[in-house]
Amino acid sequence: MASQILRRVVRSCSGGILSSPANHHHSSLLPALTRAFSSATPITATLFPGDGIGPEIAESVKQVFQAADVPIEWEEHYVGTEIDPRTQSFLTWESLESVRRNRVGLKGPMATPIGKGHRSLNLTLRKELNLYANVRPCYSLPGYKTRYDNVNLVTIRENTEGEYSGLEHQVVRGVVESLKIITRAASLRVAEYAFHYAKANGRERVSAIHKANIMQKTDGLFLKCCREVAEKYPEITYEEVIIDNCCMMLVKNPALFDVLVMPNLYGDIISDLCAGLVGGLGLTPSCNIGEGGIALAEAVHGSAPDIAGKNMANPTALLLSSVMMLRHLNITDKAERIQNAIINTIAEGKYRTADLGGSSSTTEFTNAICNNL
Amino acid sequence: MARRSVARSLLNNLLSMKLEPCSRLTASRSVTYMPRPGDGAPRPVTLIPGDGIGPLVTEAVEQVMTAMHAPVYFEKYDIHGDMKQVPQEVIDSIRKNKVCLKGGLKTPVGGGVSSLNVQLRKELDLYASLVHCSNLPGLPTRHDNVDIVVIRENTEGEYSGLEHEVVPGVVESLKVITKFCSERVAQYAFEYAYLNNRKKVTAVHKANIMKLADGLFLESCREVAMRYPGIKYNEIIVDNCCMQLVSKPEQFDVMVTPNLYGNLVANTAAGIAGGTGFMPGGNVGAGHAIFEQGASAGNVGNEKLLDQKKANPVALLFSSAMMLRHLQFPSFADRLETAVKRVISEGKYRTKDLGGQNTTQEVVDAIIAALD
Repeated sequence: MASQILRRVVRSCSGGILSSPANHHHSSLLPALTRAFSSATPITATLFPGDGIGPEIAESVKQVFQAADVPIEWEEHYVGTEIDPRTQSFLTWESLESVRRNRVGLKGPMATPIGKGHRSLNLTLRKELNLYANVRPCYSLPGYKTRYDNVNLVTIRENTEGEYSGLEHQVVRGVVESLKIITRAASLRVAEYAFHYAKANGRERVSAIHKANIMQKTDGLFLKCCREVAEKYPEITYEEVIIDNCCMMLVKNPALFDVLVMPNLYGDIISDLCAGLVGGLGLTPSCNIGEGGIALAEAVHGSAPDIAGKNMANPTALLLSSVMMLRHLNITDKAERIQNAIINTIAEGKYRTADLGGSSSTTEFTNAICNNL
Repeated sequence: MARRSVARSLLNNLLSMKLEPCSRLTASRSVTYMPRPGDGAPRPVTLIPGDGIGPLVTEAVEQVMTAMHAPVYFEKYDIHGDMKQVPQEVIDSIRKNKVCLKGGLKTPVGGGVSSLNVQLRKELDLYASLVHCSNLPGLPTRHDNVDIVVIRENTEGEYSGLEHEVVPGVVESLKVITKFCSERVAQYAFEYAYLNNRKKVTAVHKANIMKLADGLFLESCREVAMRYPGIKYNEIIVDNCCMQLVSKPEQFDVMVTPNLYGNLVANTAAGIAGGTGFMPGGNVGAGHAIFEQGASAGNVGNEKLLDQKKANPVALLFSSAMMLRHLQFPSFADRLETAVKRVISEGKYRTKDLGGQNTTQEVVDAIIAALD
């Protein structure tokens, strides 16, 4: 496993350096993804600590970033207590503007308040910022043993349309229709990002997951778009796998997959399945990519109100997500250092939070990571 | 003192005697099923070999049935996955015989041909698809204690096949959920649990996003659950369900799902229990039943497997055992299953997906030899 990580480090370092000039002749979305800057000028990033354990783990992130000397300045925003009429949700217009301005953000777990008359927080962020791809790298953490040891894959899920368009209606009593929408534009967009990500991170294979034998026009269109993009990247192997086969292969031998690109529903299920393979949502990083190069990294676990404030939370998911954010900003050297520190701390096994079977507090775990930098 | 040593030597004798199955020492009574006069008359069953490895594995079933002298005879029909539709004579045969055994039919991807597997199910209104995923002794898996039955709605949902292109580059697909279909599959699931002494039924859904569609499915399940107070009922969201399946599969018993989620959950459960090559399944409706390999019925293997004749016949053999029980020939089913399980646990004859090199014929011969 250590050799795999070393290989990934070498690949991504070289990928990062080589990919920056090459991006400019891809579609117009991509140049915004590369940023030229000197490491001295700090970049402002929006931070949503969130609810429950959110503030504690956000503190951990700030502490680790400070210890690693990362040139990021945080602009914190909180979920409001009343509905902002401009956004129809508890997130204020200022928060959204901040993300649009800074182009990067980090989001902790947010508990959606129950009730009607407002959009869910995740839906608001997704629609307002046009976040079209959800990227979730899943790799087995050395030292944290699950039933699967050799997982090293990335799931990229189309985030705006598909089965989650929310267009349902009751035809007559007892008969409901729900629309699944696939468009060429959205499928091309996510396929482009998937191949770009694969190239930039030294991945060798991209698999498109579908059910086009049954849903011929919709998934057929998705596959057609993936094939078109695949032709532009001849050095990356492209394959298509039917979803039920994919599920079976994932639980039998996850090493068969590298990068997976999928429409919305399959992506939801497969990305959670892969998170389960490596240890659950408490360890899984995730990043949402939006139009114009916006990246909002988030921790996908819940806000765990029962352990909030007790210094017991596991900050790993948010920390790994912040590493993804740094990679997106091309600050790869700091990203590598922090990632290695996290992996080494967990591998050593001396400081582990309660959900990993240990008894350290959040602060002890964070300090251990800072010491390992 | 002498009595104790005599007792102890008797005990030692008892313990050292080799225990054969049905030994009088364990005092197991043989199970007997009392038939009605005339139940032993041979029953006709429609047989569809199918594509790819289909003919190979259906041939295996035929051989084993002949070796057992089971009271079934097969009416074979040759159809392939790239035909436009299922020939009428096949449908008539299934309607007459009421039971069918089938290999997989491969649907060409994106080819404008609707899946024949789905067509058969819709035509005969086989509304529940059942896959039984459980650990087999001798089959190495990462998970133990897996014993899950996935019952999946088979006629509507995402597989309604109603798609159209709105404008160039925008395609819509309709997912239809009706109370009628949801209720009857929920009813089948609870009835199955009741008749098979299962303790819990879990409904799998995504009603937090698809509120009306999956909400209707859940409503139907809840109504049926109230009629079976002895069976526990709970609900789980599909992405959480997949995560739980790979980490703690022992919490699931019977699962009832709409069409698409059922496909994914059944394949995931089959994968964790050992692979789709071992899990039996069938599609059942009010009047007819088709038995086939449990999960992934459209996966008919690749060329190499076919050429080398190394396909795994176990799934179809277990499905044919389910068929025998459905036809009310339980002792034949028991004999078949015992023989297959013995061959798998001995591990001497293994096909490629188990890591062995034996051909289908060798495995079948071993099973026939193991029949008692």
